[in-house]
Amino acid sequence: MLESIWFLLWGLLWAIYFMLDGYDLGLGSVMPFLAKDEKDRKAIYKSIGPFWDGNEVWLITAGGVTFAAFPKAYAVMFSGLYTALMLLLIALIIRGVAYEFRGLVESDWARKLWDKAMVLGSVLPGLLLGVAFANIFMGIPIDENGVFQGNLFTLLNPYGLGGGILFVLLFAQHGSLWLAVRTHGELNERAGNLAATIWPVLAAVYIAFLALTGVYTQLLSNYLAYPALMLILLIPIFAIVKVRTLIAARKWWKAWAASAVLIVSTTLFGVIGLFPALLPSSINPAYSITIHNAASSQLTLKIMLTVALIMVPIVIGYQFWMHKVFATKITDEDLGY
Amino acid sequence: MDVLMLSRLQFAMATMFHFIFVPLTLGLSIMVAVMETMYVRTKKDIYLRMTKFWGKLFVINFVLGIVTGITLEFQFGTNWSRYSEYVGDIFGSLLAIEATVAFFMESTFLAAWIFGWKKLSPKMHAACIWIVAIASNISAVWIILANGWMQNPVGYVIRNGRAELDNFFEVITNPFAWGQFFHNGFAAFMVASFFVMGVSAYHLLRKNEVEFFSKSFKMGLIVAFIFSILVAAQGHHHAQTVAKMQPEKLAAMEALWDDHPDGAPMYLLAIPDEKNEKNSVEFLGLPGALSFLAFNDFDAPVKGLKSWPKEERPPVTITFLAFRIMVGLGTLFPLLALWGWKNRKKLTENKLYLRIMLFSIPLPYIAIWAGWAVAEVGRQPWIVYGMMKTSDAVSPIATSQVAFSFIALTTLYTLLGACEIYLLARFARRGPEPEKA
Repeated sequence: MLESIWFLLWGLLWAIYFMLDGYDLGLGSVMPFLAKDEKDRKAIYKSIGPFWDGNEVWLITAGGVTFAAFPKAYAVMFSGLYTALMLLLIALIIRGVAYEFRGLVESDWARKLWDKAMVLGSVLPGLLLGVAFANIFMGIPIDENGVFQGNLFTLLNPYGLGGGILFVLLFAQHGSLWLAVRTHGELNERAGNLAATIWPVLAAVYIAFLALTGVYTQLLSNYLAYPALMLILLIPIFAIVKVRTLIAARKWWKAWAASAVLIVSTTLFGVIGLFPALLPSSINPAYSITIHNAASSQLTLKIMLTVALIMVPIVIGYQFWMHKVFATKITDEDLGY
Repeated sequence: MDVLMLSRLQFAMATMFHFIFVPLTLGLSIMVAVMETMYVRTKKDIYLRMTKFWGKLFVINFVLGIVTGITLEFQFGTNWSRYSEYVGDIFGSLLAIEATVAFFMESTFLAAWIFGWKKLSPKMHAACIWIVAIASNISAVWIILANGWMQNPVGYVIRNGRAELDNFFEVITNPFAWGQFFHNGFAAFMVASFFVMGVSAYHLLRKNEVEFFSKSFKMGLIVAFIFSILVAAQGHHHAQTVAKMQPEKLAAMEALWDDHPDGAPMYLLAIPDEKNEKNSVEFLGLPGALSFLAFNDFDAPVKGLKSWPKEERPPVTITFLAFRIMVGLGTLFPLLALWGWKNRKKLTENKLYLRIMLFSIPLPYIAIWAGWAVAEVGRQPWIVYGMMKTSDAVSPIATSQVAFSFIALTTLYTLLGACEIYLLARFARRGPEPEKA
């Protein structure tokens, strides 16, 4: 029972991470399409400045919870996806530093350099996370000792790449909508238009990815076994339609929220399909890492659950406060003009 | 080189680089919080300027601490997967708790502090930096509880082929870990106070903003004075804990090869020769001194390294030298603080002292690195003392993967380190914003 609760929390933590870091990574990756001049770029940095770090802690927590609740899954996932994770790490380091250093350097060339670092450090995590999760959905070559029999290129299969592109697009739309929320005037216009341009591409990739999911993965078997679960599938479909109508209505906060629901429900769709496996083995289902062979002791799961039930609502509370106070429309005065 | 050696080098490199930023964060956060509280209480502009100037340096330092911290969490899984699987039940939960109870708070409220000068009331704004300071230190508690468990594993049972949690209370009250925590925490104040004094000395030497930097220097001096004594006294106490709980580490710290059943001497100068299991030079031995320092008794028996089979001894030279560097610097710090204390009324006149303090900025960093080298190298060949060897902990991955990540991370860190030092030095030299007219 505790294992199953932790499995759901595990999925939920990753979903929240994608929802939150998704908008800052997404906005970072579309920055070249949105910024015409230095003032625009300043506004873009300003719009994510107070949030990216707090958002990224959800990754640390999701990683930490994988470690604490399912140590074997953590060990196999992180060592198996070694090179992909190292690239993710390097990308996240570069973009974290870019936020800070970009505001401190004073020469034009240095600013341009950090802008490039920012874009690269924002696109890459979305791509890598998408590739990694698509491969997890599909199953990776794990042998009977939990050793990954493959390399980085094993992960770059059509379904994995599809997952990568899907994540980049989900984040890009999410980020554009975030900028629309935070700005007035021309920049707001451009951000909204970009979100509208991304939408049909995203919708097409989304449908294609769902179709490929049926072909490449076993995710649907849980849904076929319990048809009532199919209702969950309606949430992302509803959300993706809602994103379009809310963009058309120019209701930015609501469009952003619908995009957040889309990201969370897409992740949970995959996670529920995985249950009870955390890492299916593509070599032999008997080698899969599941909640039964990877979970921590009951005592650890109980203590961790107590901590999570107390602390996570508090964290959500102050991060909500943070967004409420700081995610206001950016004015010229804020930018020093 | 094999996966084990590369992984060890990568972990050492990543940890030491991360640990340039952490101690300054721990100590300086509290000093900035005190400055801002003084501003809120007195409304004197100078405290506001101090908060902003030192706060800016604090933030430049903080960001690298954050981004390099992620590497550390990832590395347990990427490079030490057998370790993670074996001890995750206990070790993993401490890291996860750290993230949920402390790291979120630290990151969120630091952002509120940086961006909140206009949006928050002065009191609320000052509260934010206090939350950052307290959360950073709580974060250190959990991380060191995790490391302390590797040093002195408690509260576990071996079950289902791994270490499982048996008594959480024992894990969080692990005396070894708390000894480490205080030693580290006090040392962090040394790093911060020497940083503040060194930067202030630079400006005082140039007679720039004399009031501002005299005040800053004095604040650093008070902190240095108190904590240089505390860190030394507590360090002595912690060494006694090590003597009891990890006798082979003590033997390596002192390069003591033979058993001394009735009192071990301490040599002022010694050069260990690991190959021949002796010291090639031993000079000025104080009889019974080691026994007294370690066990408060000149005749207490002390075990020498030869009591352990070769493959269970830590590397002696590194442990021995690192311990001497740490203790040597730890002795110098109270003296420097005392010298400053005697000069506190006429700081600007004593150019020699100011110059020394400027060039002393790196010293506490070196001491704290050396201290961690004693703790970690001195624990080898164990990853968890007495339970699991480092060589059994490494991931089943390809050498080429680790070679790639090691080179990539080292290159990246070198570049970032250079940018960081450049920026810190530039903003430190520029000094505070001019006074309001």
